[in-house]
Amino acid sequence: MPILNVSELRTHFRGERGPVRAVENVSFTLESGETIAIVGESGSGKSVTSLSIMRLLAGGRARSSGRIEFLGRDILSLGEAEMRKIRGNEIGMIFQEPMTSLNPVLTIGRQIAETLILHQHLSRAQARARAIEMLRLVDIPAAEQRIDEYPHQLSGGMRQRVMIAMALACEPKLLIADEPTTALDVTIQAQVLELMADLQKRTGTAIILITHDLGVVADVADRVIVMYAGRTVEEATTKDLFLHPLHPYTRGLLATIAKLGSSLDDNAASRLTEIPGQVPSLHESIPGCAFASRCPLVTDLCRHTAPSFEAVEPDHKVACHHVERRLQA
Amino acid sequence: MLTFVCRRLLSTIPVMLFIALFVFSLLYLAPGDPAALIAGDQASQTEIDAIRVTLGLDQPFYIRFVGWLGHALRGDLGVSIFSQLPVTTLIGQRLEPTLSLMLLTVIISVCIAVPMGVLAAANQGRWIDRIVMAVAVFGFSVPVFVVGYLLSWVFAIRLDLLPVQGYTPLAEGFAPFLANLILPAIALSCVYIALIARITRTSMIDVLSQDYIRTARAKGLGQGPVLFIHALKNASVPIVTVIGIGIALLIGGAVVTETVFAIPGVGRLVVDAILRRDYPVIQGVVLLFSVAYVLINLAIDLLYTVLDPRVRY
Amino acid sequence: MTIKSNMIATGDLFPSEPRRGRVATFVRRHPTIVAGGGILFLMVLIAVFAQWIATIDPDKIAPIKRNREPTAEFWFGTDMLGRDLFSRVVYGARVSLLVGFAVAVCATFLGLVTGLAAGAYRRLDMVIMRLMDGLMSVPPILLAIALMAAVGGSVFNVILAISIAEFPRMSRLVRGLVLSIREQAYIDGAIASGSSMPKIIVKHILPNTLGPIMVQATYICSAAMITEAALSFIGAGTPPSIPSWGGIMNEGRMLWQIKPYIILFPAVFLSLTVLAVNLLGDGLRDALDPRAASRI
Repeated sequence: MPILNVSELRTHFRGERGPVRAVENVSFTLESGETIAIVGESGSGKSVTSLSIMRLLAGGRARSSGRIEFLGRDILSLGEAEMRKIRGNEIGMIFQEPMTSLNPVLTIGRQIAETLILHQHLSRAQARARAIEMLRLVDIPAAEQRIDEYPHQLSGGMRQRVMIAMALACEPKLLIADEPTTALDVTIQAQVLELMADLQKRTGTAIILITHDLGVVADVADRVIVMYAGRTVEEATTKDLFLHPLHPYTRGLLATIAKLGSSLDDNAASRLTEIPGQVPSLHESIPGCAFASRCPLVTDLCRHTAPSFEAVEPDHKVACHHVERRLQA
Repeated sequence: MLTFVCRRLLSTIPVMLFIALFVFSLLYLAPGDPAALIAGDQASQTEIDAIRVTLGLDQPFYIRFVGWLGHALRGDLGVSIFSQLPVTTLIGQRLEPTLSLMLLTVIISVCIAVPMGVLAAANQGRWIDRIVMAVAVFGFSVPVFVVGYLLSWVFAIRLDLLPVQGYTPLAEGFAPFLANLILPAIALSCVYIALIARITRTSMIDVLSQDYIRTARAKGLGQGPVLFIHALKNASVPIVTVIGIGIALLIGGAVVTETVFAIPGVGRLVVDAILRRDYPVIQGVVLLFSVAYVLINLAIDLLYTVLDPRVRY
Repeated sequence: MTIKSNMIATGDLFPSEPRRGRVATFVRRHPTIVAGGGILFLMVLIAVFAQWIATIDPDKIAPIKRNREPTAEFWFGTDMLGRDLFSRVVYGARVSLLVGFAVAVCATFLGLVTGLAAGAYRRLDMVIMRLMDGLMSVPPILLAIALMAAVGGSVFNVILAISIAEFPRMSRLVRGLVLSIREQAYIDGAIASGSSMPKIIVKHILPNTLGPIMVQATYICSAAMITEAALSFIGAGTPPSIPSWGGIMNEGRMLWQIKPYIILFPAVFLSLTVLAVNLLGDGLRDALDPRAASRI
């Protein structure tokens, strides 16, 4: 049984000028121990997808429909109390900004111990001991001293390690990492990714990695989902995606990197910004393919009818009307 | 830390001097001869002259000010013209009711206003938020004496649950002490509650949009711990600041409340002093209240280090 | 390739808002401005046309008609001297509104002058702000009481005393606004192109401070009305010969336990008027969003 099965997830926000369709019909599955990367530009709906899975979007302003099955339970239909038992316990989450994602007025020890006391019902002393253990696990030197420090006393990389320690304290089955390395230095990025991969080997946690950095994707992900304007446009194994991209958008992304002639590890070059044209506004309902306005292969069909997201090869799905043409070519 | 306390204390000196100068010159703001003013309309010339000598009005202004300040620093605020008792003695006798009233008001206000503001922020835009905001507007709008009479009318006269007016010292038992003080304290807390609830809401709304609140929710914490542990502590600096600044409203309100409920406190003392033109008493009370206000806000500055580990002096 | 888009769920998860006309939108968006403005306008009408609204001369003493309960003849009853309370309350609106508006204007003027000077000229800043710190260290009502005790009761003195007690906050607000606007690039441009400081203040700084100042002015207005009533209530405000809401309540103090209406009617009028000003201020604040304005 897959750990996570997302089908036809849609998430809309109440906006000043009508609804904002942040996520439209996203579907994917995730097996135990697997790492899947969700790639897209900012505003593509990748972070909203992860927050929808955690059900962390403000109830009054955001609504989700579809199914999110986590270990057989539909997350979208759980009560808030049941959902709280999953958050931090069975699904851990790491956020983009280590500088602002830790509470500045509580010690890091307390912030790690809190989850353990809440979910594992440890005593304060036990939780503290386990927190020190977790800090050692994420390679924080002098963990016994650091545990009583406040976030502002730590560097950015250290804080992200603390975030990871916090997210993994209860040994979750699924870890959602939302741009975990974006705010960090290149050298620290590699260390953090290595640490995550290392911890995954030990614990068997499945990981959803949200990123706009294709370099990161190539390093750690087993499979990649490409999102555009709230929709999934392509899903494939990492190798397949890099070697045989099928969607014009994915091709554009990869071409951008190739044109700039830099390695995938080079941060600045692997940002997905070089495709001409603009992402359509999420305020408007898009009848056809969301990428039509920027697509070199666009036809009238693309403008009027949305392509379905279908497997064209085993383990390779794509949403494009002109895939067959491409495959033949 | 100690050096910071000393520095802050030193920095209040200009403000304190200003207060002293203002209080001292009150007497001389009045048109005409201060001595004649104090002596009253029926006084003879000899009486006026006697007062002039007692007040040292024959000397230059700054010499009189320095002399007065010297006495004030040694705890001598002069003698009441009306009762001939030292002003410090008069204030000392009246201090218990006023302090009790203000302390009880602060406790009631903080206990009600902070949860109110937190709830409003957590339910921003929904009906509970609107109710809290509406209550706050009423708190700002209905003057303390109006609330005082209203409460007294309902709970003391109509329902006969509590004493209408007066004050029982704490020494005579806690129950009667509280029974007399509860209505005035509630009346006085209205505007204070409005003030604190509003800033709590604003500050909490600000904090609740921060990334670390999302982290706390992602950990599976319930609404209670998220609001009162993770958010409130971060929101506390503006709240305690307003609690401190709001003491000014309380002091003004206490003067009026003591009149409504016939509480023999410092506020009543100053009101009576105004009607009798008893200047040394007015000066003493204004000086005392202002200095206390400055010191309370100094203490609150020091509290920041406890509330926020990032603040270091 | 099959097209299955008709099978995918579509449609919006939120219904879109209905469209409204301009007036309806304004009322819906800013109900507090409409309600506050409406009540205040009514009070202003009462104050202006007090002569015609009042049924009897408010100062007319009628010993045989002392302490009457509210009746058809005396709508709000009579006081200890037999004066008609309805007429006195109607005339009381004049003092309250006059003091409120006058203080708002005076304090705004004083605050603007000192705040602009402090914000624009570094050398004055230190002196002015220390002075404001000093004034603000005395609780406003106490400051007003002290001043009133010194200068004696008159409407003019009440306005003066409350203005002095209230203007430091406005001064601070204006200074803060000026300092933040000074940071903007266009001010540098104006300085570079050789404009003089007073000209820059009038042309660039002042227009950008109007929103927060207006909101703060309404808060000062409501605070002034309460302070005026409090001063009159403790006998340190306007002279008893002029009917004011605080003064009527002061006169009713002795008898309030048996004749609560003497206090009730002026209390309701006072509270309602202050509420109106506060609603107006809050509405303006929400409409203009000047976060800088504060009550204290």
